[in-house]
Amino acid sequence: MFETLSYFSLQQYWWIIISLLAGILVFLTFVQGGQSLIYTLGKTETEQKVIINSLGRKWEFTFTTLVTFGGAFFASFPLFYSTSFGGAYWVWMAILFCFVIQAVAYEFRTKPSNFLGRKTYEAFLIANGFLGTILLGTAIGTFFTGSEFSVNKNNLTLISNPVISQWESPWRGLEALMNIQNIALGLAVFFLARVLGLLYIMNNLSDKNIFDRAKCNLWFNAVPFLAFFLFFLIRLMFIDGFSYDPVNHFVTMEASKYFNNLLQMPVNTSILLTGIAGVLFGIIRTLYHPYTRGIWFAGAGTILTVFSLFILAGFNHTAYYPSTYDLQSSLTIENSSSSRFTLTVMSYLSLAVPFVILYIFYAWRAMNSTKIDADELEKDHHSY
Amino acid sequence: MNETINASLVEWSRAQFALTAIYHWIFVPLTLGLSFILAIMESLYVKTGDPEWKKITKFWMTLFGVNFAIGVATGIILEFEFGTNWSNYAWFVGDIFGAPLAIEGIFAFFLESTFVALMFFGWNKLSKTSHLFSTWMVAFGANLSAMWILVANAWMQNPVGMKFNPDTARNEMVSFLDVWLSPMAVNKFLHTISSGFVLSAAFVIGISSWYLLKNRNKLLAKRSIAISAVFGMMAILFNIFWGDSSAREIAQKQPMKFAAFEGLYKGQKGAGLTTFAIITASKDDPQYENINNYEYRIELPNMLSYMAYRDFNAFIPGVKDLLDGNKAQGIMAITEKVGRGKLAMQALSDYRDARKAHNKAAADSATKLMDENFKYFGYGYFDNPGNLVPNIPLTFYSFRVMVVLGFFFLFFFAVLLILIYKNRLETSRFWLKIAVVSIPLAYIAEQAGWITAEAGRQPWVIQDLMPTLAAVSQLDTMSVKITFFLFAFIFTLLLIAELKIMFRQIKLGPKDGGN
Ligand code: HDD
Ligand code: HEM
Ligand code: HEM
Repeated sequence: MFETLSYFSLQQYWWIIISLLAGILVFLTFVQGGQSLIYTLGKTETEQKVIINSLGRKWEFTFTTLVTFGGAFFASFPLFYSTSFGGAYWVWMAILFCFVIQAVAYEFRTKPSNFLGRKTYEAFLIANGFLGTILLGTAIGTFFTGSEFSVNKNNLTLISNPVISQWESPWRGLEALMNIQNIALGLAVFFLARVLGLLYIMNNLSDKNIFDRAKCNLWFNAVPFLAFFLFFLIRLMFIDGFSYDPVNHFVTMEASKYFNNLLQMPVNTSILLTGIAGVLFGIIRTLYHPYTRGIWFAGAGTILTVFSLFILAGFNHTAYYPSTYDLQSSLTIENSSSSRFTLTVMSYLSLAVPFVILYIFYAWRAMNSTKIDADELEKDHHSY
Repeated sequence: MNETINASLVEWSRAQFALTAIYHWIFVPLTLGLSFILAIMESLYVKTGDPEWKKITKFWMTLFGVNFAIGVATGIILEFEFGTNWSNYAWFVGDIFGAPLAIEGIFAFFLESTFVALMFFGWNKLSKTSHLFSTWMVAFGANLSAMWILVANAWMQNPVGMKFNPDTARNEMVSFLDVWLSPMAVNKFLHTISSGFVLSAAFVIGISSWYLLKNRNKLLAKRSIAISAVFGMMAILFNIFWGDSSAREIAQKQPMKFAAFEGLYKGQKGAGLTTFAIITASKDDPQYENINNYEYRIELPNMLSYMAYRDFNAFIPGVKDLLDGNKAQGIMAITEKVGRGKLAMQALSDYRDARKAHNKAAADSATKLMDENFKYFGYGYFDNPGNLVPNIPLTFYSFRVMVVLGFFFLFFFAVLLILIYKNRLETSRFWLKIAVVSIPLAYIAEQAGWITAEAGRQPWVIQDLMPTLAAVSQLDTMSVKITFFLFAFIFTLLLIAELKIMFRQIKLGPKDGGN
C-alpha cells in the first residue's frame, strides 16, 4: 500500500504526522499552563493540592508526546534533528531542563523527607509552565523566520572537521529570542497554554471557588493570547517566506509567501480558520455561560490551528527550517527526510496509532469518571 | 565557524553522555523488573481475594512510583542528546537509528505512561481485573521500550540491514527485520531485561530482609521474599545464559572489545580464560601506550577458546593481532584498514565531485571503489592505530565485576530458596544481612555491564563506520562543560531526593489498608 506512494507523498505524509503531533503537543501544554497558575487559582493548601493532582494525572501524556514528537521527527526528518538540536543547543537544552525538573516534581512534592521541600518542587512546576511553553513557541517561530546555519554534506570526508551541519551564530539558538515574530509566537503559546489550563481545570474540578477564579482569570489570559497570536499571524502574512523550486530545489525569498500559501492551500486555510474559531468558541462560551466543556472546543481548535501552521511552514514548496545564513542550506521536507524505505516501514507502523489513541481515550475516560475533589484525594492511595 | 574538532570536545561530549546514561540506568532496571513483580503480586490478590496481597502490592507500588518518575526525568535527555551532542551521528545513521526511537515513543512509552496512570489512580475506579490488566500492561510497556532502545544500541555495535548512499552521504535502511532481529539485538535485549529482573528481585528481597531483621511487617516480608526468590532464580539463569551468548556474539562481531574485556593481548590457539589479574601502569609494549602489563594473573587453560567458539583449540585474536594483523589467521592489520578507510573516503569525495560535474563514468568508478572499501570507512579518520584500542583495564575489570556478581546472585537465590523450603529464613540472620547488602551489589553489576559494553566499543559510536570524533556536534567545549556540570548537579540533587524519599517510605512501611 505505502510502497505505491511516491517518495514525495511519503514525505508529505510524514510532515502531516509531525504537524499533528505538534498540534497535540501544544494542546497538551494545558498541563504547563495550569502549572503556571497554581498559586493564582489555589489560595489554600487544599485548593493547591486539588489543582496539582488534577494536572498531575495528565502530565505524563504531555511529556510522552514531547518524547514521541522528538523520536518521530528524528526518524522522519533526521537532518532537522541534527541541524536544529545540535545547532540551537542552548534553546533545546533549556527546554529539556525544564522538563527534567517537572518530571519528578509531582511525585516528590508531598512525599515525606523529600529533601528539597514542597515549595521547591512547586517552583519546578512553575518554571516548567513559564519557560517550557515560551521557549517551545519561540523555537517553533524559527520555522518561519529562519536561523543561521549551513549544511554541507561534503564535510563528511574532512577529517579535521567532519560535521555536516554548522551553526553560524555564537548564541547557539538563543538568538531566536531577539526576533519579535518568534517572541510573539512564544508568548501566544504561553497564554494559550494558560487558557487551556484554566478550561481544563474548570472541566476537571468540582470546586466552586476555584471555578470562579479560573473564569475570572480566563479574561486576563485570553486577551493577551489573542493579541500575540493575531500579531504573529498578521505579520506572518506580510513577511517574505522561503520558497523552493520543485524541480531544481533552489531556494529563494518570496514576498508574502505564507499569505500565498494560504491562498494556494484552501483546505489548510479552512482548517486554520476552523481551529481559530474552535479556540474562540471554547473561550467565549465559557466566559458567558456556566459552561465546563470549553476545553474540548479550545483543545480541538488548538490542534487544528497548530497543525495548519505547520502545514503552512512545510507544504507548497516552502522550506520549513530555513537558513538565513545560506539560503541553499535551508531544510525542506524533500531534502531532510529519511529514505523512501524507512518512511515506508514507518508508515506501516503509523497505522497502529489510532489504537494507541483509542486506549489513551479509554484511560482518560476511566480516570475522569468522577470529578476530583479534596475528599477523593483523601481516600486515594496515590496522590501528589 | 569551520574550526577543527578538538579532542576535548569529544571527551566532554562522551562524558556527558556517559553521565546521563549512567543516571538513567540507575532507575530503569528497577522499573523493568519491579513492574513484573507487582503484576505477579496483584495477580495473587485477584486470584485469592486476600487483602494482604493488595496491601503488599500497594506498598511496592509506592516505591515503584518514586523510582519511575526520576527514570522518566533522566530518559528524555538521552533521546535529545543524539541531536544536541551527536548531531553528525544523527545524520549519518538517523535513517536507521531514528526508527526504533520513534517506535519506542509511539508504542512503548505511551503504553507505559497511560497504564501507569491507571495503575496508580485506578484502584477505586476500575474493576479488579481491569486494574490487574493495567499493571500487566505497565510491565509489558516498560520492557517493550527496553527492547526498542536496545535494538538501537545493538545496531550501533553491529550495524546491519543498511547501505551507504553517497548522494545523501548517509547510511540507509534496507531491511527492517535485519535491524530488529539481529542476533546482537536479541542477546542484548534478553540479557539486559533479565538483569533488570535480577536487580528488582534483589531489591525486594533486601528490603524485606531488613523488615525481618527489624522484626516487623513479617507477613509482607516473607511473601515478598518467596515470590522474588523464585523470580530472581529464573531471571539469573536466563541472564547468565544470554550473557554467555552475548560474549560469543561479541567474539565474532567486535573482536577488539572481546580481546579487551578478556585482557587478551596476544592471540592464541587454545586461549586460556583469565579469571583474575592485576593490570599495572607499566607498558607491555613501547609501541602501544594503551596496553599495560599484568602483575599477577590466574588462567584456566583453553577455557576461553571453548567459551567463545565451543572448541578448546580455537584461535582467539588478541589486541595485538588485531592491530598488527595476523596473516596466518587471516586478520587484516589496522594500517591496512586505515588505508582502505581513506580510500573509501576519497572515493566518496570523488563521487560527489564527479556527480556535480555530471561525469557519469567517473562517478561509477568512484562508487565501485567506495562500495569495496566502505566496510572500513570509519578507519579513515585515524592516523594513529593506537587510538583504536579501548581502555583495557576499565573494560577488563568491569566485566569481571559483573560476571562475579552474576555467579554470586545465582548462589544467593539458591540459598534463599533452600532456606524458604526448610522454613529457616527468619532465623538465618546472616543471610538476611547479606540480602540487604545485595541491593547495592546488583546496582554495581548493572553499571559494570554497561561500562563493559560501552567503554569496550571505543573509539566507535558505530562499529567500524563512525568514530566518536566524527559523530560529535560542533560546539564549543565550554558549552558542553557547562551542561555536563548542570546535569551532574541536578541529577545528583534529584538522586539524593529520591533516595531520601525511598528510605523514608521503607521505614514507614505499608500503612493500614494500603500505601
Ligand atoms: C544484574 C546485572 C548483570 C549481571 C549479574 C550480569 N550482567 Fe552482563 N550485562 C548487564 C547486566 C548484568 C547489562 C547492564 O544489562 C549489560 C550492559 C549492556 C548490555 O547489553 O547488558 C551487560 C552486558 C554484558 C556483556 C556485553 C554486551 C555488549 O557489549 O554488548 C557481556 C558479554 C555480558 N554482559 C556477560 C555476562 C555474563 C557472562 C554474566 C554472568 C555470569 C553477566 N553478564 C551477568
Ligand atoms: C542506560 C544504559 C547505558 C549506560 C549506563 C551507558 C553507559 C555509557 C558509557 C559509560 C559511555 C562512555 C563510554 C566512553 O566514552 O568510554 C557511553 C557512551 C555512549 N553510549 Fe551508552 N550506555 C547506556 C545505554 C546506551 C544506549 C541504549 C545507547 C544507544 C541507543 C547508548 C549510546 C551511547 C553513545 C552515543 C555514547 C557516546 C559515544 C561514545 O562514547 O561511544 N548508550 N554510554
Ligand atoms: C541511550 C539511550 C536511551 C534513551 C534515548 C532513552 C530514552 C528514554 C526516555 C525519553 C524516557 C522517558 C519516557 C517517557 O516519557 O515516559 C525513558 C524512560 C525509560 N527508559 Fe530509557 N532511554 C535510553 C536507555 C534505556 C535503556 C538502555 C533501557 C532499558 C534497557 C531503557 C528503558 C527505559 C524505561 C523502562 C523507561 C521508563 C521509565 C523508567 O526509567 O522507569 N532506557 N528513556
